[in-house]
Formats: sequence, C-alpha cells, structure tokens
Amino acid sequence: MIQSGVVELKEILSLEHVSFTYASEDVQESRKALEDISFTIREGEWIAIVGHNGSGKSTLAKLIIGLLFPNEGTIRVFLEELGEENLWNIRSRMGIVFQNPDNQFVGSTVQDDVAFALENNGVPFEKMVPRVHAALAQVKMESFLDHEPHHLSGGQKQRVAIAGALALEPELLILDEATSMLDPQGRDEVIRVVEELKRQTGLTVLSITHDLEEVLLADRVIVMNQGKVLAIGSPAQIFERGDELEAIGLDLPFSMKLSDSLQKEGIELNGNHMSEEELVNELWTSYFNK
Amino acid sequence: MMEKMIFGRYIPGHSFVHRLDPRSKLIFVFLFIVAVFFANNTATYAVLLAFTLLTILTARIRLYFLFNGLKPILFLVAFTLLMHFIFTKEGPILFEWKFIRIYEEGLRQGIYISIRFLVLVLMTTILTLTTSPISITDGMETLLNPLKKLKLPVHELALMMSISLRFIPTLMDETDKIMKAQLARGSDLTTGSLKERIKAVVPLLVPLFVSAFKRAEDLAIAMEVRGYRGGEGRTRYRQLDWQWRDTIALVIFGLLLIALLWLRS
Ligand SMILES: Nc1ncnc2c1ncn2[C@@H]1O[C@H](COP(=O)(O)OP(=O)(O)OP(=O)(O)O)[C@@H](O)[C@H]1O
Ligand SMILES: [Mg+2]
Repeated sequence: MIQSGVVELKEILSLEHVSFTYASEDVQESRKALEDISFTIREGEWIAIVGHNGSGKSTLAKLIIGLLFPNEGTIRVFLEELGEENLWNIRSRMGIVFQNPDNQFVGSTVQDDVAFALENNGVPFEKMVPRVHAALAQVKMESFLDHEPHHLSGGQKQRVAIAGALALEPELLILDEATSMLDPQGRDEVIRVVEELKRQTGLTVLSITHDLEEVLLADRVIVMNQGKVLAIGSPAQIFERGDELEAIGLDLPFSMKLSDSLQKEGIELNGNHMSEEELVNELWTSYFNK
Repeated sequence: MMEKMIFGRYIPGHSFVHRLDPRSKLIFVFLFIVAVFFANNTATYAVLLAFTLLTILTARIRLYFLFNGLKPILFLVAFTLLMHFIFTKEGPILFEWKFIRIYEEGLRQGIYISIRFLVLVLMTTILTLTTSPISITDGMETLLNPLKKLKLPVHELALMMSISLRFIPTLMDETDKIMKAQLARGSDLTTGSLKERIKAVVPLLVPLFVSAFKRAEDLAIAMEVRGYRGGEGRTRYRQLDWQWRDTIALVIFGLLLIALLWLRS
C-alpha cells in the first residue's frame, strides 16, 4: 500500500453526514443513535470501530448492510448509493458476522450453513460444492463438514459463520463483536483466521470490537462516543490520546497502562508501548542505554 | 426414560435401508400404511408381520433394542389386545373361568388389530431410525413440491421444520441452564403438590420464551443479510439422489401388495 497520493485506492464504503434515530413512541426518549457520521473506507483496509456500550456501533453496521436506512445523509457502498433497489445486490457483495454464534447458524450442519447464502443467491449446485469446501478451508474447518452446530465450540461456530460470509466471495467483511462471546482461545482462532484472510486475499475488513488486541491489528480505528465519531486514526494515533479514551469508558492495552504507570513512578521510557513486545524490548535494553 | 424411548429418534448407520433416498422411504411407508388395511385374514396378517420383521433385519436394527425402546407403545398394544378379549362377544366360547369368557372372534380380532398397530408403529419407527430428520424434511419438501401450485408454502414449511430441528438442542441446553439458575435461587422443581410444581415451571418458561424470541429475531436478521428472500429463485445445496435401490424398494412394495391382494379373503 505504498502508493503515492495520486493513485487513490478504490473506495469501498463511504458515509456522509449520516444520522439515525430509532422510532420510538416516547418522543422524549428518542435520542439520535447516530449523529452526523462521515468516513470513507478504501479497498484492502482493516478498520476497527470501538466505543462504549450503546454508542451506536451495531446501529452503524445495520445501516451499512441495509437493515436500517439513515434519516439524514447518504451511505455509498461499492460506489453506489445504498437504497431499496440495489439492496440485495449490495448485500450479496458483503458478509457480516454477528456476536452470538448460536443465533446465526441457520443450516443443520456446517456445510449447509456455509451454503445458505449461496442458495439464497441462486448459485447452481455444481458451483456451490467447491465454493463451500474452499470457504471452509479458508477458516480451517474443512474437516467438520457434517458436524451439527451443537457439537461445535463457539470459536468454531464463528469460523463457520465467517466461511458462510466468504462463500459469496465478498468485497467487504463486517464483524460486529464477532469475538466478544468467545473464550480467549476461540477469540485467537477467529482473529488469526481473519488476519490470514486479509493477508491472502486483500479483503476489506470492518471490525466492531472491544478487544484491544484486535484494535492493534487494524490500519485505522474509528472511535465512537454517544452516536458520534470521536476520532479516526491509526492505532498509535488513537492510543496516544489515552486519557481521553479512558474518559469515555474505553480500556487501554495492558502494556500501555503499565508503561504509563512506570513513567509515573519515574522510570524513563520513551513514548507509548502498544504491544507487550515493544515494552519488553525497551525495558530490557534501557539499562544498556544509560 | 427419555434416552430409552426411540420413537422418533435417528440412529446413523449404513444398511440398505439407511442408504435409501428419503423420498422412496416416505413413499414406501405411506403406501405401506394404506396397504395394511387390505389385510383381513391370518395369511395376510402373517405376511405383514413377516415383511416388517424382514425390514427390521435389512435395516440392521437389533430387535431387543427396538422393542426395549418401544415398551410404552407395546403396552398400548397389549391393552388393545385385552380390550378385544373382554369386549368382543362373537363366535364360540374358547375359555371360561368364573365370569371371564373369551370368544373366538375376540381372540382373532384382538390379535389382528394388535398386529396392525404393531406393524404401523414399527414401520414408522424404522423410517425415523434410519433417516435423519433433515433428510425427512428434504424428502417431504421435494415430494410436496407439486402442491406449491395450490399455494401451499412448501418451502417455508420445510425451512421452518429444519430450523426448529436445528434449535432443539440449543433450547434444551438453555432450559438446562435456566433450570440450574432457578435452582440456585432456591426454586424447587421436584417436590410439592402438582399445583406447586406447575407454579415452579413458570419461572422456567418465561426466560426461555424471552430468549427464544431474541434468538428468532437475531436469526431472522442473520438470514436476511445473507440474502434470504423466500423460496423464489433459490437453489438447493442438498441434492436427493434416486438410485437403483430406491426403485427396488418400490418394486418390493409392489410384490407385497400383490401378495396381500391375492391372499386376502
Ligand atoms: N431496536 C432498537 N430500538 C430502539 N433503540 C435501540 C434499538 N437498538 C439500539 N437502540 C439504541 O440505540 C443506541 C445504540 O445502540 P447500538 O446497539 O448501536 O450500540 P452498540 O454500540 O452496538 O452497543 P454494544 O457495545 O452494547 O453492542 C442505544 O442507545 C440503544 O439503546
Ligand atoms: Mg452492538
């Protein structure tokens, strides 16, 4: 991605001044779930969206996939304005994985579930079989073809859900807290799979997450607060504003907190440490530099 | 008790019967149910019984396993038999002791009806034992496809059925969890009068329903974003494959029918 500013990468998604309010009988209560959101995502980017509970992250995902429509502003997906007419076409070009592994498993076995989106889009049987196998191979679940959902772990179910999205060969993959209900091992499995995919296929990923490790993997981070975009930037830029993030109820990576505390204790360290490795490296070499 | 009951359960296997197409099995069982009513004498009932036993052997189901699992239903069969012994009063008396009299017709009718009932139960049990629920659903959907012209929502019904089947274990787990959560809060589900126990079930059902609705909503969203728009223009991943053995099964049924028609009086 070391291209000069002249050659712009293809735009995948852009929001312009998008606002949304959930319809509610109680007028007093109807607060804007999203207010004046604008950003652009380009091909091959990995975007992380963070924000406190109720900051509108899921609402944003639902607008992008066309489950809800904005009250104000426009959403452009694949350079087309999202509307009722092109909704199904646009949906067939992106995949979304939700939080609860159980509630999005439609098929009675792993392969049925992966084929579900293909069936819906009228892909002929002969083409479905290789696609299902390929998608399952991408998430390393090819040996589970005939397994039933209740015999799979949460992480495995989420990988199947990702395979289900990949089977349609999407240009954009949205993960709405796809790892939040998993144990650390399941979370690692899923993140690793997405990372690998991104490297191999250059997929554009929009990941809504509370997991800081996932945030560090992203190219850019969008911080949401009370329905508004608070900041957009690289993970380093975002975590630099540590206090601000903590003020809106977000956590910081453990290494950053540690490095902060060490600095407060008077140990001289240079700048921020986003990963434990960076911090360890600085710490064990710090005496040599003296 | 639940583990032993095999009516409606599926046991995977590789027998001739297991490998049949669900369509041929469904057609077979349906026609068999009709054919059972052609039997009206000892020879025809004997043929039916023998044929059923042969099917059990072909499906490689152990008789002990089958009858053990069907105990509650066998009890019902025995009950029918008894009722006929007592209440059918035709023909010469075979047996008399104090006020109990068993007539020849009673014995005959009792045995016939019991065989009829037994054979029907056995055949449907073999169907469900050898065919996974999802295959049965697929078979039904394909067989009922012509009814779409009559505006019967065949695809929707089949999808509903397969989703319900898929969610049974999930909801079972959930029930278990809620039950434990309520037990931990001191609710008592196992003792007390019937009224008390029914009352204790309410705190189980309410959270279960709430979560089931939540799941249904999530699932509907997940289906929609994956492009589900009803049966129109949809292709099928599960393909049914009618083979030589399916044709053979139906030919065998034809032979059975001929035998029945020939032997009946
Ligand atoms: N179906 C709905 N009807 C009415 N209000 C809703 C609905 N869904 C969400 N909201 C409200 O919209 C706001 C944003 O919710 P949203 O689910 O987008 O938050 P979120 O950032 O995804 O939170 P979380 O981290 O908990 O998933 C919240 O104030 C919430 O109460
Ligand atoms: Mg959310």
